[in-house]
Amino acid sequence: MMKLSKYVLYDILKNKIIIAYTLFLFIVSLSMFQMEDNSSKAMLSLLNIVLIVLPLVSLIFTTIHYYNSYEFIELMSSQPMSRTKIILSEYAGVSISLLSAFWVGVGLPVLLFAADDTGFALLFSGTCLSLVFTSIAFFASVLARDKARGIGLCLLLWFYFALIYDGIVLLILFTFSDYPLEKLTLLLTALNPIDLGRIFIMLKMDISALMGYTGALYKDFFGSSTGVLFTTGIMLIWITLPLWLAERRFKKKDL
Amino acid sequence: MRFLFFAFTIALITDTYARVIPVGTGKTFSSVKKAVEQAKDFDTIKVYNGTYKEGTIAITKQITVIGQDNPVLDGENKYEILVVSGKNITIKGLYFRSSGYSSMNDFASLKVVDCLNVTIENNSIFNAYFAIHISNSTGVTIRNNKITGSPKSEQLTGNGIHLWKSGNALIENNTVYGHRDGIYFEFVTSSLIRNNWCEKNIRYGLHFMFSNDDSYHNNTFRDNGAGVAVMYSKRVVMEKNHFEKNWGPSAYGVLLKDITDSRMIGNKFTKNTTGIHMEGSSRMDIEKNTFSANGWAIKVQASCDDNYFHHNNFTGNSFDVGTNGTMVLNKFENNYWDKYDGYDIDKDGTGDVPYHPVSMYSVITEQNPNALILLRSFTVQLLDKAEKAIPSLTPENLIDTKPKMKPNKL
Amino acid sequence: MIRIENISKRFRKLQVLDSINATFSSGEVISLIGPNGSGKTTLIKSILGMVRPDSGKIIVDNTPINGDPSYREKIGYMPQIGRYPDNMRIGQLFKMLRNIRNVSESKTDNDLIVSFELEKIAEKPMRTLSGGTRQKVSAAIAFLFNPPILILDEPTAGLDPLSSEILKEKIIQEKQKNKLILITSHILSDLDEITTHIMYLQEGRMLFFKDIELLKEETGELRLGKAIARVMKGENFGNEWIDRMFDITTEKNKS
Repeated sequence: MMKLSKYVLYDILKNKIIIAYTLFLFIVSLSMFQMEDNSSKAMLSLLNIVLIVLPLVSLIFTTIHYYNSYEFIELMSSQPMSRTKIILSEYAGVSISLLSAFWVGVGLPVLLFAADDTGFALLFSGTCLSLVFTSIAFFASVLARDKARGIGLCLLLWFYFALIYDGIVLLILFTFSDYPLEKLTLLLTALNPIDLGRIFIMLKMDISALMGYTGALYKDFFGSSTGVLFTTGIMLIWITLPLWLAERRFKKKDL
Repeated sequence: MRFLFFAFTIALITDTYARVIPVGTGKTFSSVKKAVEQAKDFDTIKVYNGTYKEGTIAITKQITVIGQDNPVLDGENKYEILVVSGKNITIKGLYFRSSGYSSMNDFASLKVVDCLNVTIENNSIFNAYFAIHISNSTGVTIRNNKITGSPKSEQLTGNGIHLWKSGNALIENNTVYGHRDGIYFEFVTSSLIRNNWCEKNIRYGLHFMFSNDDSYHNNTFRDNGAGVAVMYSKRVVMEKNHFEKNWGPSAYGVLLKDITDSRMIGNKFTKNTTGIHMEGSSRMDIEKNTFSANGWAIKVQASCDDNYFHHNNFTGNSFDVGTNGTMVLNKFENNYWDKYDGYDIDKDGTGDVPYHPVSMYSVITEQNPNALILLRSFTVQLLDKAEKAIPSLTPENLIDTKPKMKPNKL
Repeated sequence: MIRIENISKRFRKLQVLDSINATFSSGEVISLIGPNGSGKTTLIKSILGMVRPDSGKIIVDNTPINGDPSYREKIGYMPQIGRYPDNMRIGQLFKMLRNIRNVSESKTDNDLIVSFELEKIAEKPMRTLSGGTRQKVSAAIAFLFNPPILILDEPTAGLDPLSSEILKEKIIQEKQKNKLILITSHILSDLDEITTHIMYLQEGRMLFFKDIELLKEETGELRLGKAIARVMKGENFGNEWIDRMFDITTEKNKS
């Protein structure tokens, strides 16, 4: 499997979009740190990049890549190679290249200027979100019949996870504000990887505010390592589940 | 004048009679209690290394008790160890261990009652109910003591340094860990509290009520259950203190309740759930403080008026200012807010558009604390931006008219 | 070598393959012809495992294909459209394929790489290649591992006459090695010299599958093209030999 992903990776790393994306991240991150006197404000801007730009780019890039490599995937599947291997190799290639872009573009500046708890939380969330949305994009691509539909579906998913979902949660919180909603909110955040990544960063960035929660559940959750374990576990599910579904679908799919 | 001269002569004469009484194994006395009984005014009792289990020792004479090589006075979890009353008494270099607990009385390791000019210095107090308990005394100096409690519940643990109805006290360089309140004042006036360190106390690091005209300088209050609470006092000066990491739904860097005509200058509020929580306070001068990485830098309840916040720096706080009303009678000026994104065309260092320190989402979380979980999400940021363009929820006149472009130099 | 038993495939409303039965043996060169959309490519893809038939069985070398990809080691496939990762170099592509199958360069059939002079442009990235050159690459890949079965989808479609000739020569060589060669095409003149059998598909149904000599005999034409044209015009012809070749179908029809 590594044999194929090595070449896929090699191909993507030379891709102009990936290079542009890396440069974009790097320049933005660097200028954030240069412009702001305190790194906390720069981190806030980077938070937005990680929560908004990263998922979008991961989704769109993966989808475009999938459809551009369609014939290559066909050729590969005419080789004595299982479909599972092919899609996992593709996933490995795409996700590693997106991760490299993130680590070079955001990771380096963060390590240089803000190598603290918040910085590492940001990198962790960014890493997870890259993997999650690459995985989701693979599923969407395998489902969709053509490139346009694939990209459309990805944009829709992005809107949903980045914007609509939180709006719905806010609505629920206000509609049912008379009820104890702590467990529900916790559950709701687990259902959106972007929220999960955001809260993981908030655990470091806004821990002081989060400790103001009245509910004991939150205090226990946020105050202990349970939060970290919880986040990592759910993120893993978010990475593996769509990929697994994509693999299952891909195996049965007519190329 | 004549009185002074007389007193001075007396002091000189008696001084010539002052003795040093050694206590310890193989010394004149083996019991501190006996030595105290034998001592006369102006004598010094020197307690040598050893463990002394003598129940409660009462001192009423003008003597000095000095420990040599950390002698241990053990209360065996039953007794108050030292009860002092009178004047001109010095307690120095002793190690107090395990004084008793009483649910009826405030049992203390070292109790000072009705005193004048008492100095308590270089002592260690371990595992006490109350550690140092001062009442109805004037001119008490508490310096360089190390106080470590073993915190249980709020009811089973007393205060570290407790003063009641006293004046002209000086409390400096003490450390208090693991008590109920680190330093507690009630009806204490004209006192100076500086360079103390209160950490991990289960209620407040510093707690005072009805204590006017006191000054607090360079103290650190860190990770206490509910931070610092100061209430019902006037003319208090708090300067260059550090309030750190006081976390919890009702934990505050400083809780100001009914404080008037007071000043807070150059303090640092770092990583508190709420930096300053104010209610019923007026005519406060809050300047040159640094608020960083707090949940809420300042919460001003609508019951506050005439307070002046200026030349403070606000950086990396989740929310800058929270409030529960729409009427705002306080003034914000010349502060630096890292969230300010206005411009400065005339280059005078002050932003040309006012800053609204109360964000919409801070109002929302005030109404619905659960909504905090959505902080910093894209949706919420969009809402905040929309609110900035067309204010509807946030108090319109709570503004900093002269926000600084760069942090104030403090 | 390959037995196709009652294969059917439907894409939504379109019946792409309708109960196809056929047996292909070594030494045969089968021309798979039919108008566009007749199901030629789908049939090929079914043999390659890229399309899962709705019903029926395909047996390659006495083993029914079921998910295990190893049978594809015996098949060399040249797709109709060869698209490869943009930034991969020609040399890398061959290296990768050898790598995946763990075969060293000296043991692969590099004839076409040499005769198409692909070595000279080994360092060129795929995105810079013309359609014809990509076809050459695809052809070279099909023959690379010296497989006993060759499946060529429109092999000469984009090739210049010279390269087309080279490829034909190569096919003849391989035919002499007693290999099974399956070619789809609609340019009939290209094929008649090497073809041994013709399979004609229309709207998913196999209209006939004949030995070319018999077909010529039957139709009385020397040129294969004209013979096919006559068949396509729907002329009636003697059916004894069809029964012979189609024994499975007829049996089924009887029952």
